[in-house]
Amino acid sequence: MNRRAFLQKPAAGVLAAASPTEAAARYEAASGGDDEKISRFANQELPRTARSTATLAPYTGPWGYSQAAHLLRRSLFGPTRQEILTAAGQSLTQVLNGLLAAPVAPAPPVNVSATDTSVPIGQTWVTQPFDQNVEGVRRSSLRAWWLGQLQQQSVSLAEKMTLFWHNHFVVELGDINDARYGYEYCRLLRQYALGNIRQLAKEVTVTPAMLRYLNGNQSTGGAPNENYGRELLELFTIGKGPLIGAGNYTTYTEDDVKAAARVLTGWRDNATTLQGYFTASRHDTGTKQFSAAFGSRVISNGADQEYKTLVDMIFAQADTARFLCRKLYRWFVYYVIDATTEQNIIEPLAQLLISNNYEVAPVLRALLGSEHFFDAVNMGCLIKSPLDFTLTVGRQLQVAFPTSSSLPTQYSVWDYINGITNLQQQVLGDPPNVAGWPAYWQTPQYYELWINAVTLPRRNQLTDALISSGGITRSGFTLRIDAVALVQALPASTASDANLLIGELSRLLFPIPLTANQLSYLNDVLLPGLPDFEWTVEWQDYVANPTNTAKKAAVQTKLQALLRTMMGLAEYHLS
Amino acid sequence: MNRRHFLQTTAAATVVPALLSGLPIGAYGFSPELYELTGGATQTDHVLVLIQLNGGNDGLNMVLPLDQYSALMNARADIAIPEPQALRLTSLTGLHPAMTGMKNLYDNAQLGVVQSVGYPNPNFSHFRATDIWTSGSDSNVTITSGWAGRYLNGEYPGYPTGYPNAQNPDPLAISIGSVVSNCVQGPSVNMGMAIASTSSFYQLLNGVVDAAPNTPAGHELTFIRQVVQQTQVYTTAIQAAAGRARNLSPLYPPAGQNSLSDQLKIVAQLVAGGLQTRVYVCNLGGFDTHVTQVPLTGSTTTGTHATLLGKVSEAIAAFQDDLRRLSVQDRVVGMTFSEFGRRIKANSGKGTDHGAAAPLFVFGTSVNPRIHGTNPVLPQNAGVNDNVPLQFDFRAIYASLLKDWFQVPQSTLNALLPSVGGPFPYVPVIRPGVINGTTPAHLSVTGFRVFPNPVREGRATLAFEAQGGHVQVLLFDALGREVARVLDRNLPAGACELPLDMSGLAPGAYHCFIQEEGRSSSQLVALE
Repeated sequence: MNRRAFLQKPAAGVLAAASPTEAAARYEAASGGDDEKISRFANQELPRTARSTATLAPYTGPWGYSQAAHLLRRSLFGPTRQEILTAAGQSLTQVLNGLLAAPVAPAPPVNVSATDTSVPIGQTWVTQPFDQNVEGVRRSSLRAWWLGQLQQQSVSLAEKMTLFWHNHFVVELGDINDARYGYEYCRLLRQYALGNIRQLAKEVTVTPAMLRYLNGNQSTGGAPNENYGRELLELFTIGKGPLIGAGNYTTYTEDDVKAAARVLTGWRDNATTLQGYFTASRHDTGTKQFSAAFGSRVISNGADQEYKTLVDMIFAQADTARFLCRKLYRWFVYYVIDATTEQNIIEPLAQLLISNNYEVAPVLRALLGSEHFFDAVNMGCLIKSPLDFTLTVGRQLQVAFPTSSSLPTQYSVWDYINGITNLQQQVLGDPPNVAGWPAYWQTPQYYELWINAVTLPRRNQLTDALISSGGITRSGFTLRIDAVALVQALPASTASDANLLIGELSRLLFPIPLTANQLSYLNDVLLPGLPDFEWTVEWQDYVANPTNTAKKAAVQTKLQALLRTMMGLAEYHLS
Repeated sequence: MNRRHFLQTTAAATVVPALLSGLPIGAYGFSPELYELTGGATQTDHVLVLIQLNGGNDGLNMVLPLDQYSALMNARADIAIPEPQALRLTSLTGLHPAMTGMKNLYDNAQLGVVQSVGYPNPNFSHFRATDIWTSGSDSNVTITSGWAGRYLNGEYPGYPTGYPNAQNPDPLAISIGSVVSNCVQGPSVNMGMAIASTSSFYQLLNGVVDAAPNTPAGHELTFIRQVVQQTQVYTTAIQAAAGRARNLSPLYPPAGQNSLSDQLKIVAQLVAGGLQTRVYVCNLGGFDTHVTQVPLTGSTTTGTHATLLGKVSEAIAAFQDDLRRLSVQDRVVGMTFSEFGRRIKANSGKGTDHGAAAPLFVFGTSVNPRIHGTNPVLPQNAGVNDNVPLQFDFRAIYASLLKDWFQVPQSTLNALLPSVGGPFPYVPVIRPGVINGTTPAHLSVTGFRVFPNPVREGRATLAFEAQGGHVQVLLFDALGREVARVLDRNLPAGACELPLDMSGLAPGAYHCFIQEEGRSSSQLVALE
């Protein structure tokens, strides 16, 4: 630096004495802290907005686009416009029948990596011997395959319920370190997704992934491991009630945890057969005494059948049904369960579950077909999970995905999507802990845990990238929203009318109506400062000259701006 | 920049220190030494304000070719402005009578008019023509980035990764209105921050969000909106800048009457508040005047188009007045543009259809206050398809602005504005004296000072060299409210010393502002 510059600097410095610090402070304040986990704006207490007083009585009100959209938003990962229209054209009963019909089990995940030489690319690895060197690529394959099931789902509750059970009977793929166990666990959840909860609880108890995850495989008569017994009671079945005495949680006691652990001794996982297996010598054959919470029930030695007796005993308690129904309610409806909801919805739902021998389908049918579910108060109040958000963008806006003609590309793109949801703080196969994603249990924030100063920009970055002309390229495949094709698929009279077009896209993308101000704002995004008829002129000009790139670019820019703005609205995060 | 210019700009900057307190080192005036030291973007405090007139503005009724009136009346007698009503800039060229504010700016050497701006092979689609104007592409080439966005991307490579940061805490560009303007679209991301509407700007300042229904969905919506606002990374920077300055011009119409004026008010406040943002984009819609751009009955000087031009004129005049009062007028240059002009011949509905070249305005104390080019020559009997031929490619104006206002080298300009017709000829829209530093745009009142400072016991003295003529001295509080009119009368030339009585005022910071013909200064005064 020469002398002149040196002299200039202090002169400037006098004016700006405080600026570097101030600028830094401004920056820090603006960034909101990069490590924010819970938004400073999230609930400090449960909201007190009025809840619906409508009951489980079958819904008989109007049935049209908005009702069908509500049901499918909650049941799928982003219903397409065509799926909504089809459902709106059927009866509610027909739609529920379809949603509750179990689809055919998917073929297992396949090898897409040159690293895994146990099988050729395109063939499944799920029965091959364990190899730590390829565990990573197999786990990625499993996760990608799972994501693919969601992305390619039919109009069925199977995938949303499979994810529900994953969030309920949690294992973490990273912990169990055997993707073959992981696949078997996924297969089991999917098999019972719409089936019998008690049977699922029994089979999950001795599935090798769970035996390893919660240390059941280390539990012997001489040294019982309480981990699974505790979570079975606290998280998987009856749930923890109020503490009413030393070690007494109303619904069960600490001694019940110990007794349950003894029942479950003797099980281990077999890495060759990929099954749980029982070793009589490791089992505690003594009598297990349960507390008054279970009617002072005694379970005597039942060897490898004993765990079923335990599960039956727990499921004989009405509180188990109540606990499960509350969880379903928070998954499908809203997180606030007040006294009225408890009485009008949870209790009758629990009784229905019991009277149906713990088959979940009749309960889902009752809940999702109820007056309560279709009450306007319950529309749009669920915040999309990262999986729901990300898959919805792709499905509703018709983003093309690679086909099975190139499995490595297909899996690579699914894997990429897993990375995207992971950045938004949710990844298939690895809930943060055994309690599942806190958005479904952590009071008072619940769903609001999904949105914070870190995750919201990541959601916006995704939608901004997908609507850009370049899209996102992964393994040579480009993911992008083709705004022009999307609009061209609409009825011509809708596509060519600015306000009808905005209305049609709005009812697809948003679960609640926009205000007149918002609609007029969107109109201005599509047509800055121009009268409505100019959209018709420009659109029809393009439609008449579909190969004219300039005319296509003209409407594409505007539609991209419109969709980018719509996906940037707060409403877009609601379901 | 030579040393004298540096000292001049520094002196200009010192007059209102409180308003500039947020400026980091070197943010005003280009300093090659500081540029090397920081290794960063070109240091400049210059601001460019782009005003987009959406819909295609009828240039022939805005800038009136007085020597073409017989042809003009042949083509559009139904809608033309009667010649006597023209606001004459020169003997040959006039303005629409609704634009008295622009006429005054021209008379005060703050307005340049560029005639017949367009591009070869004009496109008549609003969308496509807008894309051409905002991207700076040739007519038959699609470029998805914007011309100003490419400029900013070159200055701030890698944006938005790592932004904002301590060196660049402020938005690089701000567009006010429903969309982030494509002008500031970079090659991969938009370089601009959008302020959706003037009301959302004030919401942002106050940290409030739109009201939502009192339902569970409304509860979650409010929560998400709060996070949306929080994660607008520039919220704090905007709030801080807005907190440092208040609009001072009484010429702005009340909020809600002139949306361009409402937008420019925000720009003036942010510029004066020290935001380092280089490019602002504002817009006014409604120029697509196919029918009744003038009333069905009555004078052609009223009606839809007159109202629009009146808004443009009123807003820009108030903005310039505000910038002057805020002592930042020399840092700001503005330009209007529209995606196309309209046909020479009026249609049968007292309107005009999509056309081609049209005049644009450049405004500010630093512009060359002249008419560039000549009046368009109109055919004696224009047909329905006749258009105003171009004299200036719009990219020549962009290139000249970038070159003179942001010191962009020619080689960079050629890369920023690729064209088979390039490189584009230079158009001196910025005053040569401003560029080479020989004539500062802004003149201070000689020897103006208030002493002692801080002021004790409410008594002070103000001194200056009067040039002879009317002098006004005003005292503003920190919020920009006038608290005293110290002087407002004619004074003879010569040294002047006057008592300044602040005894009735609360202790704190005040700005003492002085202006006489063509000059102004101000000083921060601390009252103890």
